[in-house]
Amino acid sequence: MSDAGQDPQHWFDGEAGPVVRPYAMTRGRTSSATRHRLDLIAIVVPEPAADDPARDQTLSPEHVEIVERCLASPQSIAELAASLDLPVGVVRVLVGDLVESEIVHVTRPVPPAELPDVNILREVINGLRAL
Amino acid sequence: MVYGRSSQRQRPVEPVTLKILVAGGFGVGKTTMVGAVSEIRPLRTEEMLSEAGRPVDDVDGVEGKTTTTVAMDFGRITLREDLVLYVFGTPGQDRFWFLWDELAQGALGAVVLADTRRLADSFAAVDYFERRAIPFTVAVNCFEGAGRFPAETVRAALDLDPEVPLVMCDARERESVKEVLVTVVEHAMTRAALQRAHATT
Repeated sequence: MSDAGQDPQHWFDGEAGPVVRPYAMTRGRTSSATRHRLDLIAIVVPEPAADDPARDQTLSPEHVEIVERCLASPQSIAELAASLDLPVGVVRVLVGDLVESEIVHVTRPVPPAELPDVNILREVINGLRAL
Repeated sequence: MVYGRSSQRQRPVEPVTLKILVAGGFGVGKTTMVGAVSEIRPLRTEEMLSEAGRPVDDVDGVEGKTTTTVAMDFGRITLREDLVLYVFGTPGQDRFWFLWDELAQGALGAVVLADTRRLADSFAAVDYFERRAIPFTVAVNCFEGAGRFPAETVRAALDLDPEVPLVMCDARERESVKEVLVTVVEHAMTRAALQRAHATT
């Protein structure tokens, strides 16, 4: 893998649009098979078995990219979408695939109906004040 | 190909993540506010809309444009290794309410950023968070050249419930924005305590 091969879209200006339409990366799927809708702030954490995703022939380059980034430091769905410059919906499907294949798992943010723990809120306040 | 990655990598810490929303009218300073406290340059995620936006989008002259993108700017504050707060600026246009629902789900609380010159732009956001019982704080962005009004006047103009905090701020100033966020979390805590008290009686 050479540097020049990293970003094939680099040659085109923004007006030309992406060379590969984003949902082609998901083979046309707009939702994933996982039971839970992945929250924007759900953190993607690679499983210990996912040490070298590039060797997994079943993964697309985008899948590999996601795992590699999260191996460096676990990232949220929103951060992955921003850094890969992909729509959130596409990242959700790709991460959903990785969850299904047990290559990564995602943290579950506080369910909507539940109140965040008061101790956590207190820690947030202290943390903000200490910034 | 050999990557220079250590094989003895430590298991990554899985942080607890929380989010606070910043809502308000177009051009009120939402992205400025996010940027003032974020440890990273505000990032932008985009959601592509093909059909949903079509009936209302005026595409005269840009007929080739078949998709609309809605951008959400957000920032990150790592409070501790295991506690991360994300601050999301909501899309300004009202017709993207469905994205608000997704953003609002599980949110700790919200800031409604207001400009006294265009207070009416804040009504939709105030109404949204009231209806969904999401704890919110109104922060008046004190633009230079904008008239200063007493908090009570703004409160009355927005018809706020007495328990909703209202603070003056400068969305460019980190310290000021920090105080706004602290107010949001304190308000969320008060609300949580009240709800727990109700639940046990």
